[in-house]
Amino acid sequence: MKLDTSGLESAAPVWGAPSELVDGFSAAPSFEVPNTTDFDGFQKEAIQMVKPAKGTTTLAFIFKEGVMVAADSRASMGGYISSQSVKKIIEINPYMLGTMAGGAADCQFWHRNLGIKCRLHELANKRRISVTGASKLLANILYSYRGMGLSVGTMIAGWDETGPGLYYVDSEGGRLKGMRFSVGSGSPYAYGVLDNGYRYDMSVEEAAELARRAIYHATFRDGASGGVASVYYVGPNGWKKLSGDDVGELHYKYYPVMPSTVEQEMVEVAAA
Amino acid sequence: MARYDRAITVFSPDGHLFQVEYALEAVRKGNAAVGVRGTDIVVLGVEKKSAAKLQDSRSVRKIVNLDDHIALACAGLKADARVLINRARIECQSHRLTVEDPVTVEYITRYIAGLQQKYTQSGGVRPFGLSTLIVGFDPYSGVPSLYQTDPSGTFSAWKANATGRNSNSIREFLEKNYKETSGQETIKLAIRALLEVVESGGKNIEVAVMTKEGLRQLDEAEIDAIAAEIEAEKEAVEAAKKAPPKEK
Repeated sequence: MKLDTSGLESAAPVWGAPSELVDGFSAAPSFEVPNTTDFDGFQKEAIQMVKPAKGTTTLAFIFKEGVMVAADSRASMGGYISSQSVKKIIEINPYMLGTMAGGAADCQFWHRNLGIKCRLHELANKRRISVTGASKLLANILYSYRGMGLSVGTMIAGWDETGPGLYYVDSEGGRLKGMRFSVGSGSPYAYGVLDNGYRYDMSVEEAAELARRAIYHATFRDGASGGVASVYYVGPNGWKKLSGDDVGELHYKYYPVMPSTVEQEMVEVAAA
Repeated sequence: MARYDRAITVFSPDGHLFQVEYALEAVRKGNAAVGVRGTDIVVLGVEKKSAAKLQDSRSVRKIVNLDDHIALACAGLKADARVLINRARIECQSHRLTVEDPVTVEYITRYIAGLQQKYTQSGGVRPFGLSTLIVGFDPYSGVPSLYQTDPSGTFSAWKANATGRNSNSIREFLEKNYKETSGQETIKLAIRALLEVVESGGKNIEVAVMTKEGLRQLDEAEIDAIAAEIEAEKEAVEAAKKAPPKEK
């Protein structure tokens, strides 16, 4: 499969031939036909293969003070929990975060690639790239690989000149701007808590608590989410990791066990 | 195909790229163009050769926009200019599409200069025979800029500059008379500079003004009025020079 090295090449294509009269845009990306026995159905196979891996809960929302980003840390393959300590919040650069849902390798690689592109933009233009621009770069790349089996459901959160920014970008090539997003198999549960408790004027602590609670409740009900609930805050000076709590321990905080009156005490039987 | 591989722009034994220097000659023969940057405005002025009677002068616009907030004037081969301007316009839109932001003046200048440089280092092509003056406002900071590119592909920012015919005299004039101005004063300075080498009158100059709101072409009557003002000021200065010796 052709690797996207467009970030490393200069803008216009090299020439020689007279066909450059039509030039302006670089040629549309071409791709090789996949080498499978079942050309029409292989995509479904690819999606099925990756499906369990979207087992995750990530969320992000914009509030008065900035952007709050949170995620769990469980990776599962079917019924097998392959890891409880996956970093699902990826640090693109000191003022932008990306979340991981879908194929772990795909997310990690393309977020790193996006980080490269953002840095090159900074160097060339002497100013930071906007969250809008960064998310657009990623969305365009993912769109050009549409149908080739990438599985990426990510949120790009950051703070730029225009304030806090949050975009949802996926491997279908979709890109949405919004105030609240949750992605992954645990997202319905997270949305329930998030939508219920959300207020625009929250303090950083309140927002962090809301994010943490939403992740916890998603991990409680969704088998494919669990591990550690990480919460990050993105403010005018960049992102900061606020907490990383084991959801098992959060359980006792949110569902404290009430001491109940004992109905029948067990007594030791006297040794015969 | 092999025939197009041979480069035309090659080094001479003493390190010159003659094709590029000849391209600069072509620029020197082109119409004079001047650009002046003020605090809140940038002005472009271009010498207009008297139009043939039957020619529709509106189709020969010398100052064009590349985007809402960026304009360009050039000196040299006009056909080359058309090609370069089209590529720049596409790039402005392409940038808006990929990063959802308008280009900065520096970015598009860098792009145009990069294009001009590519043509000095490719097989089967000759350099573009024009230098451009690019003006505009930064979409965020609102700071006005003036840049110049030339056939070699170098570019730099200027407070005021001229290119084309007699550009040296215009530049000398600007160096002597430039000061930070705004609004009408900047327009006057640009026209005064151009009038150093061009016959006076709105018929022979095309002037466009770029403000935060966009590009505005001045019409003949306006230019005539300002030219008249300049004439009057010149005469007043002459008169003042002659007056003191008479007083006793």
